[in-house]
Amino acid sequence: MKLENLARADLSIQQAREHPSPWMIVWIALKSHKGALVGAGVFSFIVLAVLVGPLFYTVDPQLTDYAVRNQGISWQHPLGTDNIGRDMLAQVLSGGRIALAVGFAAMLLSLFLGTVVGVIAGYYKRLDGPLMRLTDLFLAMPLLPLLLVIILLFRDALRDIFGLEFGIFILIVFVIGITSWMQTARIVRGETLAIKEREFVLAATSVGTSGLHIISTHILPNILSPIMVSATLGVASAIITESALSFLGLGFPSDFPTWGRLLYDGAPWIGIDSTNWLVRVFAPGIAISLTVLSVNYIGDALRDAIDPRVRNK
Amino acid sequence: MLKYLSKRLFFAIPTLLIISFALFAILDLAPNDPTSNLPITIPPEVRAEIKTSLGLDKPFHIRYFKWMEQFFINEPLNLIEEITGLEIGDSESRLRVRSWSSHSPVVDSIVERLPQTLWVVGLSYVFGILIALPIGVVSAYKQYSWFDQIGTFVSMVGFSIPTFFTGLVLIVVFSVWLSWLPSTYDTTHDITDLSSLWYQIKQMTMPVLVLAFYNAAQLSRFMRASVLENLNLDYVRTARAKGLRDRAILLKHVLRNSMLPVVTMIALGVPTIFTGAIITEQIFRVNGIGQLLITGINSADIPLVQSLSFLFAVLIVAFNLIADIVYGILDPRIKYE
Repeated sequence: MKLENLARADLSIQQAREHPSPWMIVWIALKSHKGALVGAGVFSFIVLAVLVGPLFYTVDPQLTDYAVRNQGISWQHPLGTDNIGRDMLAQVLSGGRIALAVGFAAMLLSLFLGTVVGVIAGYYKRLDGPLMRLTDLFLAMPLLPLLLVIILLFRDALRDIFGLEFGIFILIVFVIGITSWMQTARIVRGETLAIKEREFVLAATSVGTSGLHIISTHILPNILSPIMVSATLGVASAIITESALSFLGLGFPSDFPTWGRLLYDGAPWIGIDSTNWLVRVFAPGIAISLTVLSVNYIGDALRDAIDPRVRNK
Repeated sequence: MLKYLSKRLFFAIPTLLIISFALFAILDLAPNDPTSNLPITIPPEVRAEIKTSLGLDKPFHIRYFKWMEQFFINEPLNLIEEITGLEIGDSESRLRVRSWSSHSPVVDSIVERLPQTLWVVGLSYVFGILIALPIGVVSAYKQYSWFDQIGTFVSMVGFSIPTFFTGLVLIVVFSVWLSWLPSTYDTTHDITDLSSLWYQIKQMTMPVLVLAFYNAAQLSRFMRASVLENLNLDYVRTARAKGLRDRAILLKHVLRNSMLPVVTMIALGVPTIFTGAIITEQIFRVNGIGQLLITGINSADIPLVQSLSFLFAVLIVAFNLIADIVYGILDPRIKYE
């Protein structure tokens, strides 16, 4: 009797080791990777800075003041001003807010689409073929040209409906979301196929549980970890895509500059004396790079943490 | 092999057709008017005439098939004529895909711009591969050594920093501070002697460097992972047990096996770097096809944008096919699946 209990306890420990819960994964990842720990620290700092920073640093990023244009670093303007006298620190902070908001919103959309497509393809055999062909088709699309074209064509229409800032926000989140769900869908499908064959799904099916219920209570909780990894890496790539679009002049307008747009506006001044160009290029550039780098470090560590081959070393 | 090939090809053609349709539909459904950029003094009747002359009054399916005819039949025929000098049919009256802003055939301007892109993209890819493969192999072989630590850190940085920022940093360092290299690419530059060749090398350095760094970062991560995976396999232990030297195991057995996924990755990466070149060309003012696309988008030149986007799609599908074929040749197991 005692022995049996022990064996059962041992089994559950082993199961926990093979299938750690999402929070376990985060713990393992941060514990074993120094890079992920530093990444998490840097990322939290950036998020806090752009969220809470504007409460303390109350300069209006849109305030133009020609009297103080092109100023260097000073107490009044810690990062100087741009060519029409807007405060750079305030712009970098507010630009970060938009960039991160776009990154998270686009990631959520792409995660939602990817998970829905992946779970349905993995669970319903009849839909597997068509949905995976659709995924392949999206992977064969020239995404960057397509993104640029869609933004060009629908920018004005959406601006009229939702207003200047919100219109372009919706458009960019939408286009990034619908063009980046394919990797998630492939991963989720693979995981679903594996989980579907397990005994507890068979047991649930045998007592007459509906497909939808099985997916929501048995399959989804079990594939949460790979989805989480996808989400992390998705934020990084969404931030890069948004800033690339803004850098090409087809993202956010100068009135609501994101980091990419600040870089785009600062780039033509490179090398021109007394224009504060050094800060205008490096401040947003370093902000983008640090954000993406830290998120990628976290994502890498998470991916290692859910990979049993790496974890059990 | 033939069966495997034909199966792949069978999937590639409908893919391209669907993509061409999707591209055409997106551009067509969009609320966009080619005459909106013209002066407002032009009366509506003239605008209507302009639209008729552009064929915009025809229904959707007719325009789509006309465009297909131009793109898949007329333009290839013209290209063949130009290359071989032969005249096939009535080449003067053949309808061509024309740009709305310059009115010259789109294919001509693409052909004109392609060499610059190919040089920059091609060289950067070759350099990227040449840097990445040795770094990846050594990193994996000496896992957790200082070389590996630095290598993985640099590749993580290269993979995370967007190319438009690396490009600007290079301009700041090499053009502004050191003034070694020109910050913009002069495409009218002719190579006549050694000094002009030197200038050409100098002006290509930065765009090539930016893309090479990015490609190398991605590939070396992949190469390292692939070698690591192979180093733990049974055949390596067997080779070691029969007394082979580490060098021979690494170079003969592990390298060959771990190159399999990497070669596919290299083929699959070609179209992505073409789209990546859109940004790099914009930074350094290289007038390649990426810049052509951006100018086309900014001037709402639909036929140009359509053709270029479709060209990118063709590249992606073609290199997917190449990756499949190469994989099939390198790994005979694949064919029989």
